[in-house]
Amino acid sequence: MTVGLLIMGLLAAVFGLLLGYAAVRFRVEGDPVVDQIESLLPQTQCAQCGYPGCRPYAEAIASGEAEINQCPPGGDAGIKALADLLGREPMELNPENGEEKPREVAVIIEKWCIGCTLCIQACPVDAISGASKRMHTVIAAECTGCELCLPPCPVDCIEMVPAESETESWRYPRPLQPLDRLVAEAAEALG
Amino acid sequence: MEYLLILISAVWVNNFVLVKFLGLCPFMGVSNKVDSAFGMSVATAFVLTVASVVSYLVHRYLLVPFELEYLRTVSFILVIAVAVQFTEVVVRRTSPLLHRLLGIFLPLITTNCAVLGVALLNVQQSHNLLQSALYGFGAAVGFGMILVLFSAMRERIAAAPVPVAFQGPAIALITAGLMALAFMGFTGFVDL
Repeated sequence: MTVGLLIMGLLAAVFGLLLGYAAVRFRVEGDPVVDQIESLLPQTQCAQCGYPGCRPYAEAIASGEAEINQCPPGGDAGIKALADLLGREPMELNPENGEEKPREVAVIIEKWCIGCTLCIQACPVDAISGASKRMHTVIAAECTGCELCLPPCPVDCIEMVPAESETESWRYPRPLQPLDRLVAEAAEALG
Repeated sequence: MEYLLILISAVWVNNFVLVKFLGLCPFMGVSNKVDSAFGMSVATAFVLTVASVVSYLVHRYLLVPFELEYLRTVSFILVIAVAVQFTEVVVRRTSPLLHRLLGIFLPLITTNCAVLGVALLNVQQSHNLLQSALYGFGAAVGFGMILVLFSAMRERIAAAPVPVAFQGPAIALITAGLMALAFMGFTGFVDL
């Protein structure tokens, strides 16, 4: 009886020490799955998914709160990459979150800008430089095209223009459909 | 030769899932996708082999000398639980995605009766250390092979036009039954 208790206690103690060592040796910092998901998101920080940024959205996907089809900037390619990573079926982009479109950048029409700094506060990636009562400008290379600076601007001096095409973002122009061609010809005729 | 026979017997002839009907829980639970089935097979193989060897050592060098054979089941379960916990820690570190895919089935290897079954059968058939290791490894290979085969079939069945009455678990169980029938064909190949 006593021997039995001793032996079992000894076994449990040895195994406990082993597990304790393994837990320290193989410790995992944070959640690596969230990092992998986040690396597939476009990092526009546009909040169209309903979360404040790409990192919170990645956390929501990892915990099963959010679906993988809520990221319009990532588009179909992004959804497919997420589905591959997580072993799920790809799905259509959720129209409630917006639609996929070519990358754009914000441009401040400088002669209208009153220097209110509201857009600077709204920008999630600090791509707008300027100071109070001084003209602002957008650092095009930093701008993710999230459009979050448009609503706060009191004088509507920010507009979205298509981003300069890079090898990654360049697409074939849409083929001219008969109606489009008519419109184009009419526009040409009118000068 | 005898060692080879033990291996073949455990993998094919006395397959733990289809002939001895042990370890059916993960067999049904983790066989929806080949990827997760493969991960589960590797995890189970590791646990089975380690648990088999350590159980043998515990039995041979701790329980028998002190005449504590009546503590066999308890101590084996302790060994298995530790092996599973260790595997979980390692899998979480090395493959977080696999850890997520396997979910609850990873800790549930503890209750996989094939693992305890192998440990107890080792004692019952008085295997030595190498035989125990081979028996555990063979059981694991057999289990993994069946799991991957079955999950591959289930992936195909998912896309096949199955009659309404047979959809879901029903057709899976029928498939498992047919596989078990096929494996009965190996009966008598090895006499151990």
